[in-house]
Amino acid sequence: MQRRNRWLGAGILALASAVALTACGTGFNSGSGSASGTGLTSSKKPLTVLIGSSGPAETTAVTSAVASWSKSSGTGAKVLAASNLDQQMAQGFASGKPADVFYLGTGALAGYASSGDLLAYGDKLSNKSDFYPSLVKSFTYNGKFYCAPKDFSTLQLVINKSLWQAAGLTNADIPTTWDQLESVAKKLTTGGVVGLSMNGQYERMGAFMVEAGGNLMNADSSKATADSSANVTALTFVKKLLNEGVMKYASAVGEGDGGQALGAGKAAMTVEGNWVTGELSSDFPTVKYTVAPLPSGPAGKGTLVYSNCWGIAKDSPNQAAALKLVEQLTGAKQQLAFSKAFGVLPSIQSAASAWKSANPALVPFLDGATYAQGVPASKGSAAVLTDFDSKLATLATSDPKTILAAVQKNLQATIQ
Amino acid sequence: MTTLASRASSGRRHHDGINRGQARSGWLFTAPTLILLGLFLVIPIFMALWVSVSDWNGNGSPFTSAVNFVGLKNFGSVLAGDGLAEQNFGESLRNNAWYVILVVPLQTILSLFLAVMVNRQVLRGRGIFRTAFYFPSVTSSVAITVLWLFLFSQSGAINNVLSWVGINGPNWFNEPSGIIQDGLAGLGVKSGPVFLTGNSFLGVSWWDWIGGPSVAMTALIFMAIFTTSGTFMLLFIAALQNLSGEVQEAAMVDGANGWQRFRFVTLPQLRPTLFTVLTLGLIGGWQIFDQIYTGTQGGPAGTTTSPAYLSYSTAFQSQNWGQGAAIGFLVFIIIVLFTILQRFVLRDRKVSKRRMRLYQLKPKPQELPTGGDA
Repeated sequence: MQRRNRWLGAGILALASAVALTACGTGFNSGSGSASGTGLTSSKKPLTVLIGSSGPAETTAVTSAVASWSKSSGTGAKVLAASNLDQQMAQGFASGKPADVFYLGTGALAGYASSGDLLAYGDKLSNKSDFYPSLVKSFTYNGKFYCAPKDFSTLQLVINKSLWQAAGLTNADIPTTWDQLESVAKKLTTGGVVGLSMNGQYERMGAFMVEAGGNLMNADSSKATADSSANVTALTFVKKLLNEGVMKYASAVGEGDGGQALGAGKAAMTVEGNWVTGELSSDFPTVKYTVAPLPSGPAGKGTLVYSNCWGIAKDSPNQAAALKLVEQLTGAKQQLAFSKAFGVLPSIQSAASAWKSANPALVPFLDGATYAQGVPASKGSAAVLTDFDSKLATLATSDPKTILAAVQKNLQATIQ
Repeated sequence: MTTLASRASSGRRHHDGINRGQARSGWLFTAPTLILLGLFLVIPIFMALWVSVSDWNGNGSPFTSAVNFVGLKNFGSVLAGDGLAEQNFGESLRNNAWYVILVVPLQTILSLFLAVMVNRQVLRGRGIFRTAFYFPSVTSSVAITVLWLFLFSQSGAINNVLSWVGINGPNWFNEPSGIIQDGLAGLGVKSGPVFLTGNSFLGVSWWDWIGGPSVAMTALIFMAIFTTSGTFMLLFIAALQNLSGEVQEAAMVDGANGWQRFRFVTLPQLRPTLFTVLTLGLIGGWQIFDQIYTGTQGGPAGTTTSPAYLSYSTAFQSQNWGQGAAIGFLVFIIIVLFTILQRFVLRDRKVSKRRMRLYQLKPKPQELPTGGDA
């Protein structure tokens, strides 16, 4: 009797909770805001902007930019710096109340877009044609241009000036081909210094694949091309440098990344993005460096491009205002201000000449936009890249073809 | 909670009015906890169970008509997909299995040893030692992880100390090679036999399964032993202080030496505590997450991922919610199986004949196991 009562109680509890849950379930989806003529929702509700900030400089710059827009437009807006962007976005989408505007990386686009979380507003942007075409491609999913590129970064060759001069090299020796890269790396490798050092991962060495005419996927990440002969050529070249001892991974010289290896004087050259300038000036203010374009491979110039965009949530009750805010934030004036504050490259072509005259030493990074390629962006490709990176750690002793075949199989699985 | 409620009326007649009132107030008093547990534990578990068999994509509630039941598809791709999901799960199981195999016995032995030491009456300043050993347990695991990252860096304190004795320490948290494979490589075995490298289970070759924890994972294993031994030491001290002195004295009178008293008198009496410590250690070991999240993020080369971390990253980073929940339930099943197995191994048994002989009165005193006066 007692036992049955207990089960009865448990049953009632379970039933009640199920009822409560379904009640929540319907509550999740109650949309608000009315659709206006443009097909965008519009209301008086204030906007929330969720950013994955690199530090106080970026948070301050974005906050003041959004505040000034809010003042001129009359729409309230507040900026939240996420401590864990992925997690906070996921919570927002699951609850049906996401941030209206947020940072969105290329790797996360496909996942959220296929789940129907995002507003594909790219074609509604008034400054759409101003963005670099390679960036627009990075944020196109299933033929739709989803979101406005916020800014971007490319990889180039960074050289430690004093080590370069100590090896008796001049500006005329800056390598423009793989063979020249190999020969200067040999000259620069001495007792405690390795000629070339970078992170042992696709996110750096992929630049060599592009220079050889390959990449892991095609431009809109709809086809895996990892096992192409161009990629094998690129990895074979890197493997050769590793085995000759003229190149070492940053971890092998005891540093966290190529920039630190260069700054600490353990490497004379590294392949890094434009963020390295901030790292070098804060951690190694006395180290002098030169930025040169990456040397051309068998297929000419090449590098990788990284970018974030301003995502707008489909569930946002005020999409029209969000679009206006994004147009303002991606305008030339605002992007140049962001660039000054935290060292990113403006994503629009009309800001290029002003940026180049302000940053003459870093011009190769911006020039990279014209020949750079993006990284794979299909849903689940991030996990494949992590696995690829772990295999690249032992590239010196393994077969590039075998590694690339496994990547091909895994990438193919992400688009099926 | 329910035991309390049932105890209120057990062994009595249910029609008794007073007792019925007792049962009712029993439920009333336990209701707040029951509701809280139900709301924050039971219901989320059933929600996660539903997600693990659905195709929910993270948009809106998982309980709408747009979300479909997909059966065991998520479990299938983790356990047999022949893809990256299976390989990642296999690797995380391998990492965590080595972690548990090393951490649980070592921390149990160490904590028991520490407890016996600080429980000795002769030891001066026992309070200081007790506090010192317990201190790592009350420190936040995030703080200790950060400390560990510094200690075990390439040019950190550990490698400095190792260099005094001529050892060139590894780059701990960047070294993905398994320590058993490293040891074999030191003996000249660079690659495994074909029957081990050629065959695989869950996408990981047998050679890699037996390769041991990576150097990075070994550093995390040291950390786990360092932090949790204090907690379990406390449990052992409490148990030791509950043991009656008379049994010890009786053993002394029987002529048992120090080790014999510990092995045959103290240890058997600690069996319930031992079970608690092993079970808690096992459960904690299979749930390792925060050290990885703050310390290594699964790297280097995925050798410090655990199923718990993989579940998180699959759901929140790769947005495969169903698969992430499925991994969570697989961990749950593993923990339950191991706890049952352990309960079976540590069950109260009849004393075996071999053991019985030790306790039987012998005609001649010199036949005691290893004689000697106390």
